[in-house]
Amino acid sequence: MSTDLAIEAVGLAKSYGSTSVLDHVDLRVSCGGVFALLGPNGAGKTTAVRILATLTRADAGRVRVAGHDVDTQRREVRRRISLTGQYAALDEAQTGEQNLRMMGRLLHLPPRLVRRRAAELLERFDLTAAGRRRVETYSGGMRRRLDLAASLVGEPEIIFLDEPTTGLDPRSRAAMWEIVSELAVAGVTVFLTTQYLDEADRLADRIAIVDGGRVVAEGSAAQLKEQVGGHRLDVELTAAAGPEAFAAVVRQLGPRAVTADPARRTFGITTDGTAAHVRALLDEIDAGRDRVARFDVHGTTLDDAFLTLTARPARAETRPSPTEIRPTALQRGSAHV
Amino acid sequence: MSELALPKAAVRPAPRPAFVDAAGDAATMIGRSLRLTVRSVDGMITALALPIMLMLMFVYLFGGALQTGIDYVDYVVPGVLLVCAGFGAATTAVTVSSDLTTGVIDRFRSMDVSGAALISGHVVASVVRNLVSTALVVAVALAIGFRPSAGVGDWLVAVGVLALFVLALSWLSATVGILAGSPEAANGFTFLVSFLAYPSSAFVPVDTMPSWLRGFARDQPVNTVVETTRAALTGRPVGSVAWHAVLWSLGIIAVSVVASSVLFNRRTR
Repeated sequence: MSTDLAIEAVGLAKSYGSTSVLDHVDLRVSCGGVFALLGPNGAGKTTAVRILATLTRADAGRVRVAGHDVDTQRREVRRRISLTGQYAALDEAQTGEQNLRMMGRLLHLPPRLVRRRAAELLERFDLTAAGRRRVETYSGGMRRRLDLAASLVGEPEIIFLDEPTTGLDPRSRAAMWEIVSELAVAGVTVFLTTQYLDEADRLADRIAIVDGGRVVAEGSAAQLKEQVGGHRLDVELTAAAGPEAFAAVVRQLGPRAVTADPARRTFGITTDGTAAHVRALLDEIDAGRDRVARFDVHGTTLDDAFLTLTARPARAETRPSPTEIRPTALQRGSAHV
Repeated sequence: MSELALPKAAVRPAPRPAFVDAAGDAATMIGRSLRLTVRSVDGMITALALPIMLMLMFVYLFGGALQTGIDYVDYVVPGVLLVCAGFGAATTAVTVSSDLTTGVIDRFRSMDVSGAALISGHVVASVVRNLVSTALVVAVALAIGFRPSAGVGDWLVAVGVLALFVLALSWLSATVGILAGSPEAANGFTFLVSFLAYPSSAFVPVDTMPSWLRGFARDQPVNTVVETTRAALTGRPVGSVAWHAVLWSLGIIAVSVVASSVLFNRRTR
């Protein structure tokens, strides 16, 4: 196996009972930079991270992390990684400082270094003022920062972040993004899972899209957008066209319609962006030239790639609920209309 | 925010023998559990209030009707100490079980902290907590007329046997806590343990019980500890029952240490 890979997983499989969570997943993550595992809820992201971070054993497959096998060389792997899960792994009744010092002692750092490291991390994560307060008094954003600080006490080579910004307000989210970027600059390999497309788009050098326990696409954000066509045509039908016409058009478009919002009478179609293709699409949708109220052509977003690649046809009745994908995905889609 | 990296060489510790690290982890976990215990105010109040209420109830409500050959307060205090210790130790099942539901356990595991270190933290905290509550119960007992006729050596025997039993019961409870699906389920165990004090000489002499129950009541671990403590505190010779108490405790510890390690590894896979 190649040694410049931070993570290499081949044929990773895991089921709970008869439910297959990971179905022969292959992942290759090179050293340095940010790798994002992107997928809807229940896609198997957390299971994948737990296996890579030695907390769950896979049913099948071979996994090497930081050059060591997660099954046979757990200790070696554990010494080089850290995991920050979806729920803060902290003692609520201890102060922020006590939590960090505890981590330092468990890493067997010398006492002086334990204190120094805790103080430095509190400072860097803007928690010095709160350091002597119990964690139960912290806000969600503060907890998440302390949690990440706790996972950095040991200077890991690879950091696993399982949905690091889920449930955070926009400001805390931006702060978390900044921290992740700084980690990558400092040479740490960051492996994060997210259900937020803009998060992957903004942070990750490489993205693997998972759906139903399989990797359905992998590449840089630009490559993934490329894969589904460079542009998207968003169309809004007139109110006069009525819901039956809307449903008929969306049905006719089939999987080409990557978004559909009956309430706003809007849908989106991937296109190469040429005038000829756009004109042909408009003619197909609106042969009588009386149904389209407005249209807009723009570069594909990762949302489009995601929706296309996770093979969820945009028919209103079969689509996952908006919250399952991402609230802002729809907001962004409609903003162009 | 400044840059996040430190030179790696500054942080990576020099390798040490494994047992030094293991002992260090246990010490860290003991410190953690003690801090968490002290901060669980309602837990401390329950651990202290219940035994004192129980003692007042037995001495003032039931005591008048019970004939034990000696002042009932002198008779019942060792029993109350045992119930108090048993209940306090059994709550370890709850603290371990709820600890396992928190995300911090995953972090410990990914840092290679052993189950034994984590459990020993809970167990030692339980022993300390129980020694404090035992001291308080003794203080209240003295205030309501408990007059032990024990020398320093007798006190040491009584406290030693009691502490060893608390250690054993705490470790057993921790094992139950790992096994229990939820803190609520673990809580049931505390009732079971508290109940063991009744078919024993804790509150009434075993001779007053039906004959089929006497054999069990005499030889069960709670009774051997009560008998030892009572003999020591009333200045009578302790005799072989003390060895039974010690053997029971050591046996429970041996089984629990092994079982808790095995179960912890299995549960947190």
